[in-house]
Amino acid sequence: MKKRGIFLRKAKDGLIRIFSAMTILLAIGVMVWILYTVICKGAAIMSFGFLTHASKPFGIAAGGVANAILGSLLITLGAAIIAIPPAVCAGIYLAEFSTYPKLSGVLRFCANVMMGIPSVLVGLFVYMLMVATMGHFSGLSASVALAIIMFPVIMRTTEDMLLMIPYTLRESALALGMTKTRTTLAVVCRSAKNGLLTGILLALSRVSGETAPLLFTALFSDSWPTGYFSEPTANLPVLITEYATNSPFESMQRAGWGAALVVTILVLCSNLGVRIFFREKKSGQ
Amino acid sequence: MGNKIETKNLNFFYGSHQALFDNNLAVEENSIMAVIGPSGCGKSTHLRTYNRIFELYRGQHVKGEILLDGKNIFDPDVDILELRRKVGMIFQKPTPFPMSVFDNVAYPLRLHFKHSKQELAERVEIALRGASLWDEVKDKLKYSGLALSGGQQQRLCIARAIAVEPEVLLMDEPTSAIDPIATLKIEELMVELKKKFTIVIVTHNMQQAARISDNVAFFYKGEIIEVGSAEMMFTHPRNPKTEEYITGRFG
Repeated sequence: MKKRGIFLRKAKDGLIRIFSAMTILLAIGVMVWILYTVICKGAAIMSFGFLTHASKPFGIAAGGVANAILGSLLITLGAAIIAIPPAVCAGIYLAEFSTYPKLSGVLRFCANVMMGIPSVLVGLFVYMLMVATMGHFSGLSASVALAIIMFPVIMRTTEDMLLMIPYTLRESALALGMTKTRTTLAVVCRSAKNGLLTGILLALSRVSGETAPLLFTALFSDSWPTGYFSEPTANLPVLITEYATNSPFESMQRAGWGAALVVTILVLCSNLGVRIFFREKKSGQ
Repeated sequence: MGNKIETKNLNFFYGSHQALFDNNLAVEENSIMAVIGPSGCGKSTHLRTYNRIFELYRGQHVKGEILLDGKNIFDPDVDILELRRKVGMIFQKPTPFPMSVFDNVAYPLRLHFKHSKQELAERVEIALRGASLWDEVKDKLKYSGLALSGGQQQRLCIARAIAVEPEVLLMDEPTSAIDPIATLKIEELMVELKKKFTIVIVTHNMQQAARISDNVAFFYKGEIIEVGSAEMMFTHPRNPKTEEYITGRFG
């Protein structure tokens, strides 16, 4: 047998290494660029007043974004309350309890399709379902729209995370005479805790930046979000869109950048916060 | 001594594939029965019928009887949770639960028995002592069970299993994922445990079977080829297949 040239093999190896390193650099580079722009442009307007005052109608200077921050928090919290419990339960059902592989397959397929639905359609759907029938925009309807977007994401990640837990762990719990429910909650879910949290956080981060569904549901308002259940509610994504694209005033465009920075920081903080709070405690209590 | 477990004409099926053929085996009370044989011969499958753990999986089913103290465990009036309390199981890889050392033992205990806090602590200590682990973990009871070494984790699993007061312990290659020194500890522990429990152990390790077991069953292709005392099986096996396997000519 003829020997293959070693140089060619090494060259291929080297090329692929360089190529994969470049792609990483590209991805990180874009991220850094975005962050840099947001921070530079956003930091310029950052002030105590900006973070504590409500926004003002078009053209009036010196408004803040505090109402939009609060509104966004309310809307996201509402979505989390509506979506997380049933989505986690559905994921648990698929991973642990479903005894009909065909039914599970259909449910999984539906969830995948749901994940692919453009969020603007979900907004339109909730608009027809709630806003049109009730006769007013509301923060609640925005929460419902975001919950619909979150649901399949959380359900699928929950299922995937639970399926990664080795089967022997389930068997050893059941072999001690534990019921299936006990095994699932006390042993399997607890083992998969970090994975479950990651899935929930990813879904929350994703929807906290969604804009299209909010245009149909929460809309926007320059007042404080006191009418969450029955009135248009201020929120950051719509504020950013409006200020950045629909305003001729430079001060508003700058405020838009400030709001973008606030969204970025909020998502980052919530991610870090939850991670630190639930960090795996390997030794000690 | 009487028989604790008697398997009668046990056949096992993975769907339509038959894995065990008319297994008949009697396990004496307070003895160690070692189940040996080449890979894929049905040792683990056989063991996994004793606590009906195979029932988790669709399509796996048995025909035949397993008598535990004379009572068929497949009878409809047998409670599965109570059966599994009585027949504990230790797996190949240690499987500590994601909770503290104390709770690993206390959690299943609390599900089966009502205890005061103090009684519970005593029972946990007794179980950990029973698994020769107490001295090593008594200051680490609040640490995660996952922080222990592999051998300690396996003994934690044994402590967890004996805490709920079983009568039989099933061990499915309990030392194959553990270093030799920890293995030795667990072997010594098994000899100690048989005073209280009846033990059935699946092992690939001939020396281990010879060191600790009272009786040995040799499985081949789903059939029990030969059963006898450990001494006899390892010195004068009657069946040539057994001899071939024990002397390492196949497997």
